[in-house]
Amino acid sequence: MRNLTDEEYLLPGNAACPGCAAVMAMRIGLKVLGPRTILVIPACCMSVVQGHCPKTPSKVPIFNTAFAASAATASGIRAALEMKGIMDVNIVCWAGDGGTADIGIQSLSGAAERGDDLIYVCYDNEAYMNTGTQRSGSTPEGARTTTTITGKSEGKKDVPGIMIAHRIPYVATACTSYPLDFANKLRRAISMRGTRYIHLLSPCPPGWRYPTEKTVEVGKLAVESGAWILYEWAGGRCRLTGPSSGLAERSKRRPLEEYLRIQGRFAQADPSKIEGMKRRIDEEWERILALCKG
Amino acid sequence: MLGGPVSKATEGAGGLTGMWRIRRPEVDNSMCTKCHLCWLFCPEGVVRRGCKGEIWIVYEFCKGCGICAEVCAARAIRMVREV
Repeated sequence: MRNLTDEEYLLPGNAACPGCAAVMAMRIGLKVLGPRTILVIPACCMSVVQGHCPKTPSKVPIFNTAFAASAATASGIRAALEMKGIMDVNIVCWAGDGGTADIGIQSLSGAAERGDDLIYVCYDNEAYMNTGTQRSGSTPEGARTTTTITGKSEGKKDVPGIMIAHRIPYVATACTSYPLDFANKLRRAISMRGTRYIHLLSPCPPGWRYPTEKTVEVGKLAVESGAWILYEWAGGRCRLTGPSSGLAERSKRRPLEEYLRIQGRFAQADPSKIEGMKRRIDEEWERILALCKG
Repeated sequence: MLGGPVSKATEGAGGLTGMWRIRRPEVDNSMCTKCHLCWLFCPEGVVRRGCKGEIWIVYEFCKGCGICAEVCAARAIRMVREV
């Protein structure tokens, strides 16, 4: 925590909801990235947070772009900076799960395939929260949204897995409830070149339906119950990080029900549905553990 | 220089967000262990730390989410209802 500056790059009085984990992470993220950063933000909650012209809470420049084009825009900014001989700037896409898993995936895949020099942070609040909680590809099974009122029947799209398949230098998952783990992963990403991807689970009080003060607790329960796995993949090797490194055995994990019960979006999930969710989580763990073994 | 619609970084870009608050966090610095988890987790960045490690809150913009009180293991922050 001593490595984090007191300087604020995301100023108070912004338009985020109270208890928003996404701005919590962006505040920490910008402290790590520093002032020599250009953010590229597609349509997402962050485009609301940055407010209306002529005011913005962000001390670093933000390029607002179309929903589908964040990674392509970042590639263009990098190419322009290289032409001007400016090499010491972090180009960071900061996109929501809709702009990453659904609408923005082609530009992200294209940038990763070309190996463009950018950091992509997907803050995943597991639905289109900015427009009022519609289902996204990243919404987990059983979660109620305004377009899945009986709970989503499909599973969550594995975007970090898709990025690993692109063989980029760095892929990591993080959670806003572990900001120092996120900061370390961001530092590691900054130290590399090429396309780097961090998938950040970001609880959302209005969308996940829990009281605003529980944001940190909900994120911790997601990790401790095993529903969200913290790992990083670099140089062809995968390793579990933070609390997830001690949770490879299922008996060490907290019951999934503790994570589900604290949120209103899983209120309609019956025991058979919860069993299905547990099976899916176990499969995910097996896949990640197999990846860690190489 | 850039002209046209370029925004400037300003506090309160979303207005005086302290007006949204229904509960106010109050810090008792005598109970504070200076772990600064409240500073780390405050989404808004309104928890400030002084040179002696003391904590205070910028009420002008604090939205009253209550995360600081929730993460405080020493229970040095409590939420007081305002309305």
